[in-house]
Amino acid sequence: MTTKFFLPMIAGVLAANMVAAEDKPVLTVYTYDSFVAEWGPGPAIEAAFETSCSCDLQFVAPGDAGALLSRILLEGKDTKADVVLGLDNNLMAKAAASGFFAPHAVLDVTFDLPVAWDDPIFLPYDWGYFAFVYEKTKVMEVPTDFVALAASDLKIAIQDPRSSSPGLGLLMWVKAAYGDKAADIWTDLADNIVTVTPGWSEAYGLFLSGEVDMVLSYTTSPAYHIFAEKDDTKAAAAFSEGHYLQVEVAAKLATTPQGDLADQFLAFVTGPEFQGVIPETNWMYPAVTPAGGLPAEFQDLIQPTKALMLPADEAAALRESATEEWRAALAK
Amino acid sequence: MRVAARLPGVVALALVLALALGSLTAVLARSEGLGQITPADWAALRFTLLQALLSAILSTILAVPVARALARRRFAGRGLMIAALGAPFILPVIVAVMGLLSIFGRAGALNGALDAMGLPKVDIYGLQGILIAHLFLNLPLAVRMILNGWAAIPPERFRLAASLDLGQRDLWRLIEYPMLRATLPGVALAIFLVCLTSFTVVLMMGGGPAATTLELAIYQAFRMEFDLGHAASLAVMQMALSLAVALVSLMVFNPTAFGAGAGRRADAPAHAGRLALCLDTFWLCACGLFLALPLLTVLLAGLPFALGLGASLWLAAGRSLLVALSATVLALALSLSIALLVTGLPRAAGRVIDGLAMLALTTSPLVLGTGLFLILRPHLDPGAFGLPIAALVNATMAMPFCLRILMPELTTLRTDYGRLSESLGLYGLTALRLVILPRLRRSLAFAGGLSAALAAGDLGAVALFADPQYPTLPMQVYALAGAYRSNAAAGAAILLMGLSFFLFRAIDQMGHRDADA
Repeated sequence: MTTKFFLPMIAGVLAANMVAAEDKPVLTVYTYDSFVAEWGPGPAIEAAFETSCSCDLQFVAPGDAGALLSRILLEGKDTKADVVLGLDNNLMAKAAASGFFAPHAVLDVTFDLPVAWDDPIFLPYDWGYFAFVYEKTKVMEVPTDFVALAASDLKIAIQDPRSSSPGLGLLMWVKAAYGDKAADIWTDLADNIVTVTPGWSEAYGLFLSGEVDMVLSYTTSPAYHIFAEKDDTKAAAAFSEGHYLQVEVAAKLATTPQGDLADQFLAFVTGPEFQGVIPETNWMYPAVTPAGGLPAEFQDLIQPTKALMLPADEAAALRESATEEWRAALAK
Repeated sequence: MRVAARLPGVVALALVLALALGSLTAVLARSEGLGQITPADWAALRFTLLQALLSAILSTILAVPVARALARRRFAGRGLMIAALGAPFILPVIVAVMGLLSIFGRAGALNGALDAMGLPKVDIYGLQGILIAHLFLNLPLAVRMILNGWAAIPPERFRLAASLDLGQRDLWRLIEYPMLRATLPGVALAIFLVCLTSFTVVLMMGGGPAATTLELAIYQAFRMEFDLGHAASLAVMQMALSLAVALVSLMVFNPTAFGAGAGRRADAPAHAGRLALCLDTFWLCACGLFLALPLLTVLLAGLPFALGLGASLWLAAGRSLLVALSATVLALALSLSIALLVTGLPRAAGRVIDGLAMLALTTSPLVLGTGLFLILRPHLDPGAFGLPIAALVNATMAMPFCLRILMPELTTLRTDYGRLSESLGLYGLTALRLVILPRLRRSLAFAGGLSAALAAGDLGAVALFADPQYPTLPMQVYALAGAYRSNAAAGAAILLMGLSFFLFRAIDQMGHRDADA
């Protein structure tokens, strides 16, 4: 049974790899799983880049963003990756400290980011503001900051900072906005938090099923519902403290034997073909707004007046103590 | 027993130990020594032990009256109920939790009803929620395993008891209690080990970081801290904890011998008594409703979207089927070999081997995956061999369940038929073919069905290796849910439930033909 099914399958996979390797150079890009999903940006981006590069772009996706960096760190200097696409500002310090990444050669790009960006290694390709998303028909008094949220009866679902990027983003959001008073905010929020989920999908699922009034997500989340479900009842609450940023980045491996091709890809990442695909597949803001502007469903989203983001190394240094502060406040 | 007869068991055990300990060693070797255990880790250890023990004890104890009622009553829909008992265990965790919350959650049906009656609402989040969820996931498995024990009692015993006019109490003392004594420790152990590595359920139902398990700490060490040393020391803690519990449980285990029967299928034991009938009805209804309501809401929520699923999901289902069937064959081979080895050894030695075999379940899937990756990567491309590796890992993870299902019956078989076989000169393969396999058929089929369903529904092992461009069905369910597509995810979950259920049912049915007929 086993051999009958597996041998042809294995042979097929190997053969496919060999055929691809014969003529064109292969650019291996490690990314996260939802990037390469059939509804994600991956398929369109692969097709677009391959028409211009006369190369074979191969995505390898070992899981979510955490799994992605973990794979790179495990593989170390003999990784097959030429480029990594999908780390974020939470993971950058760890990635930079590994020494496995090299400075990029994309110098003449003006980013449409709410913060200045001059990192020599990591190139942003999209970004979003974290925000609490709610149902307009159910939440009548929308809180305008964390203090109001904590004082309200609203029930929320958040993600765990120990297992998810949005969870860590929220931790840093409270820290960036409240500093030494962050612990008090968490103590006050404790009775609003229905539960803490391991990742984004579980929390968002709780929100969609009506189990919670608000969920930690992105200001761009309502755009998906407008676009795909013609549903404009979901909105993000604008907080006066400002909103914390998630910036997703790409970088070239120091060990890549194809530095030029990798640079060509990184230049493509900031170009219109790549950036134009991002809004309606990754549901984030493109790092460089395409000439035609953003799609219609992005027009009415809330525009935070203040963007918060701690420098990568500062956020990394704060992570452990802030997590412990969070745990202590909520574990009571 | 001759040495050659022990060989398959030794090889199977070596393979399991190599996977469990080898992967941990590989992670350790790559790290810079064991990491520091923090106070938060000790808190996680205590909570892990607490919730897993309570979950195991509760599931096992509540399963007894349900299994008993199922064993001695015949009613319309009994076959369906037994078959449906396979369903919760194999649901993707996120789907099972959503189903439970639709009944017990803040906005669930129960609170809706309480609210309408002007009664205070119940709060499921906390230890109670974790226990309810683990009960939902594991009670059916426990019922099936115990029911299997009941079915293994030769019908002649019940007929004899009836002709001797034995009362309920004597029946319990002479027949039912010894069977439970042989079955329950293994059932409780299997559930304890499953709950030990649970973290999505614990975190979501637990309501916050007070409910933190070691598995979450391991996840954090791998994925957020990238600290292999810390991950390894947590994994060692988890393994030591499970091994200790496994040894205690196996010491309590007491095999039975009812004497050989004609090996025919049990007829329904007659049980008079109004009170007994009332109690049985209560347990069947309570268990039926508890399991069926959340499953039904999952079904109803997903059904409208299950029909519109694209071709890619059917391809994913095909991949899952392939993994499941390969894992089943392998899991049965591994567990039968080990069970034969254990039952052929002196009792003390057998128990140690049995405990070691359970190590496979005590390894965190993340450690297993990362370790295997480190071991295999220098030699082959993990992406290209994702599905075969997933089948191997799933088989190893399912093996301990199979072992717990096979062991009670095989032990009894050895006692009942061992001397007769030897006096007839039946050894090795001949004895296996003529004596053991026909009588083990029902348990083997059940174990096989369970392995297939487990492997089809698995995410942990597959996700670490498989290429997301060629996903399995559980990977698709999670990917859809992670990309706002909750409707499609609900539909895909129905497909996954259907596939797992079909596999379980089809393989389990193979055991329902009479052994000697």
